[in-house]
Amino acid sequence: MQAWHFTEMPYPHLPPLEELSTMRVSLANKHFDPKIGADLYNRYLDEYMIADELGLNLLLNEHHQTATCIDVAAPLSAAVLARQTSRGRICILGNPVANRGDPLRIAEEMAMIDCISRGRLDVGFVRGVPYEIFAANTNPTQTVERLWEGIDLVTKAWTTTDGPFNFEGRFTHRRAINLWPRPYQTPHPAVWITGSSDLDNIKRAAARGFVFATFLQPHAKVKWMFDGYRSAFMDTGLPGGGGTAYMPLVFTADSDAEAEAGARELTWYLDAKSEPQYRNPPGYVPVEFNVQALKGAFAGRTEAMRKQSIEFLKDQGVLIYGKPDDVAKQIHRLYDLVGGFDNLLMMQQAGYMSHERTVRSMTLFAKEVYPQVRDLARTKPLNEKAAAE
Amino acid sequence: MSAAGLDYRFLKLGGVDIEVGMRGTGSPVLILAGEEQLENELPLIGDLAARHQVVVPSAPGFGKSARPDWMTSPDDIAYLYLDLIDAMSLKGVAVVGFSLGGWIAAEMAVKNDSAISKLVLVDPYGVKIGGPFDVDIQDIWTSHPDKIAALKWHDPEKGKRDFTRMSDDELSIVARNIESFARFCWDPYMHDPKLKQRLHRIKASTLFIWGENDGIVTPAYGKAYAGLVPGAKFASIAEAGHYPHIEQPTAFKKILTEFIG
Repeated sequence: MQAWHFTEMPYPHLPPLEELSTMRVSLANKHFDPKIGADLYNRYLDEYMIADELGLNLLLNEHHQTATCIDVAAPLSAAVLARQTSRGRICILGNPVANRGDPLRIAEEMAMIDCISRGRLDVGFVRGVPYEIFAANTNPTQTVERLWEGIDLVTKAWTTTDGPFNFEGRFTHRRAINLWPRPYQTPHPAVWITGSSDLDNIKRAAARGFVFATFLQPHAKVKWMFDGYRSAFMDTGLPGGGGTAYMPLVFTADSDAEAEAGARELTWYLDAKSEPQYRNPPGYVPVEFNVQALKGAFAGRTEAMRKQSIEFLKDQGVLIYGKPDDVAKQIHRLYDLVGGFDNLLMMQQAGYMSHERTVRSMTLFAKEVYPQVRDLARTKPLNEKAAAE
Repeated sequence: MSAAGLDYRFLKLGGVDIEVGMRGTGSPVLILAGEEQLENELPLIGDLAARHQVVVPSAPGFGKSARPDWMTSPDDIAYLYLDLIDAMSLKGVAVVGFSLGGWIAAEMAVKNDSAISKLVLVDPYGVKIGGPFDVDIQDIWTSHPDKIAALKWHDPEKGKRDFTRMSDDELSIVARNIESFARFCWDPYMHDPKLKQRLHRIKASTLFIWGENDGIVTPAYGKAYAGLVPGAKFASIAEAGHYPHIEQPTAFKKILTEFIG
């Protein structure tokens, strides 16, 4: 199992949350102090460098117009880390190709970072969470189609080495496509995809050999998705095999009291406020989901984990915290509950959590937990024929 | 048969299965419903059907009509409805469009209004009047739902719908309508940048009807819109928002009847 350090790079220094109606999309940027922002950017990048020295891999993402995440261009932070680190893999999870609207620019940026890092880059693609629709002004009814058309174009551009080709798709038209540079890794960097319920999407990822990642979901749902991924080998007849990844909040501490204090700080992320109109833009989820939403039975995918106790979150495998041996035990339990997984994506910093506390937690994880989970077997496809290959 | 007495059937237009409600005989009236399809159940349908052939299609992705991927704008829907006029051999049609339906009606008329005798546009979207920083049409997708209700209705209580009392089939239509509205109107937001330059082509006698308290598209927007259509008349209705036909049905019926007969 591979372990990855992750912070969303939050900007927590806000007025009391009771006074705000939202932390996303429309929170006025007068609440962003550039001097504090400068400190935070440098601090979070320092923590990634420490994670690298500790032998962890580095996971980055981006969001827009939100205090929950001030990394608005993951390729920029990945480029910094490509130069300033030397060991860990760097994964952007992911490039919001549906929202950026220029797949070839992403293909170029990723190829360049792959070269600078000498092949340490993994390239994720995301459809983007509902809030992102507004900052990008993407039609919310077409994001899945835009995502896959973008991925097809990026991978084709990466793997075409004999001169220009044209592309006239549903959303993108380009001529004389001819990437300089091409990626360091051949045929191209590993591709990752995220998902949270759409089985067709998960199976499509499996069929293409992409890693499938999901975040902060109850373990039963994670197993359902991972089983869908693993069984897709049979359905499609394609080999697949990228692997699976899961992100919980993770805090490792010297004492139970410190572990609980750190865990509570991490849940800042789950309490991020937003106004209702941003949570479920029209057509972002299928009609069946919106029928439930109209009845009041579905309030958006992140709402399910809001305002739950840390004990509940721990039981669900969404929040992992404790002394090193306890953390290792919880990871083994989660591994067994979801039928195994290959990449542990650890949100180890959130909200107001200090640099010192973050570094202590990731150090304890790297030195005392990682050795206990690193050798967990890579998971296998559910059907025997593909497993034998 | 619906509460308003519409008899629904499906017609294949340009390869797309379109649901069409019909009632009555007489000179044809094509009703183009708004994005919420609130018109389909109004007593107005029965009133018109007493002396007209009333035809109420569901736009692609609305009601039970199919929505192929290639259809992305009200302009596409307008061509389909011109096909509908041809398929039903309608002549001298009065086209009455509400909100999004009004926009579609305008898109039809600029293309070919040879079969259209009268055009009635009720609080339609469709054009941009001001500059890039001007809000011509309130952004219904970035405002709190309570604020939208206050802008849309003179009396927001009239806009409340109890979704807990609807069947899953009815809710599926509500959800489809919400989704398809975004498919067609998200960007450019609620307007076709070309339409303004084409409105001069309309020869059909045109009436704009506007709710005086419409906060989504204001009467000032409506008057500027009407000014782009040769000879268009403008009527406003007091104590009514975006749906004057629902908030003030009597006043609306009087104005409509005087115009289309």
